[in-house]
Amino acid sequence: MVEFNLPANSVVKEGKSFSAPADAKNTRSFKIYRFDPDSGDNPRTDTYDIDLDKCGPMVLDALIKIKNEIDATLTFRRSCREGICGSCAMNIDGRNTLACLKPIDDIKGEVKIYPLPHMPVVKDLVPDLSQPYAQLASIEPWLKADSPTPPDGERLQSREERAQLDGLWECILCFSCSTACPSYWWNSDRFLGPAVLLQAYRWLADSRDEYTGERLDALEDPFRLYRCHTIMNCTNTCPKGLNPSLAITEIKKMIAERRA
Amino acid sequence: MKMQSDLGRVRGLGSAKSGASHWWTQRVTAMANLPLGIWFIISILAGHTANYDAVHAWLSSYFHSTMMILMIVSVAVHTTHGLQVVIEDYVHNRKAEMISLMLIKAVAAFLSVAAIVSVLRIVFAGA
Repeated sequence: MVEFNLPANSVVKEGKSFSAPADAKNTRSFKIYRFDPDSGDNPRTDTYDIDLDKCGPMVLDALIKIKNEIDATLTFRRSCREGICGSCAMNIDGRNTLACLKPIDDIKGEVKIYPLPHMPVVKDLVPDLSQPYAQLASIEPWLKADSPTPPDGERLQSREERAQLDGLWECILCFSCSTACPSYWWNSDRFLGPAVLLQAYRWLADSRDEYTGERLDALEDPFRLYRCHTIMNCTNTCPKGLNPSLAITEIKKMIAERRA
Repeated sequence: MKMQSDLGRVRGLGSAKSGASHWWTQRVTAMANLPLGIWFIISILAGHTANYDAVHAWLSSYFHSTMMILMIVSVAVHTTHGLQVVIEDYVHNRKAEMISLMLIKAVAAFLSVAAIVSVLRIVFAGA
């Protein structure tokens, strides 16, 4: 059954508090989830008061400031700081998004930051994404074709065919959507989740791919695909403004279309 | 101890290659329930279910008895399909899942057949 209560060692406790420098005029509290698997302690939330006049505009700027100036033990993933690598996906102010694209000013009051929901936590804000990565590999996200490559080395696409991939290729695999999906929370062992299904559709929609039938065969499963109940948390939360829910509906339509 | 790779675990037993028919049937019965439900509500408002004699006269009609049987089938199928999804979502013990799935289907089959037999008795036997 679904577990409604957290296991005893997962209950989040109140942690330490770090106040802003005395001369700070424009301060904001950041309440951040902390978990250290080596300590054996329960997770806790530490509160950091930041001087916003000496901080960049985005939530990631505040996290980097905390790590550099206040608490070097704070652990999180980040790389490009401009919304293209997908590393800094986390739950900010109750919504999965990229810390680098989320302006601090968008949030009223205390800024609450947690790791992506319902994933095993490696440390602090770093979730273990092995499962979704393996699920991505399972849909074979690469071009599969039997026709030999043309002599000049390129498989051509018309402008219209290329346009079919718009809204799909932009996905950066941050998994904000999958970890926002209740169906994925309850059945991530078998449901592929919105991020991976959007990738699956990206190859189904590609005019150069010749394995559409086999791809649909692999997806047509009560759990892999049909656990999606069009809850649309995926589309609501996507920091890139994409629509995984629509992509999943397109897959369902393709499967319906090939039936008698 | 489990040392299976993530990919091996995710691929698991492979695709069931089914589920489309379940999904499609749920949508078709949902669409069918709409006109059938409207007909049912209008019938109640029109007083066809006011008392035994009114119900008897109402279901003796070929049109209304046909609509009633269609609604019983459509609602029963839609309900079992919907409940099946809920159970598959939340009941993760395989044995409990199979028992509850068989149970809801048995209950729905019994109730819907009993309801259809009742309508047919009014139509043919005048009971």
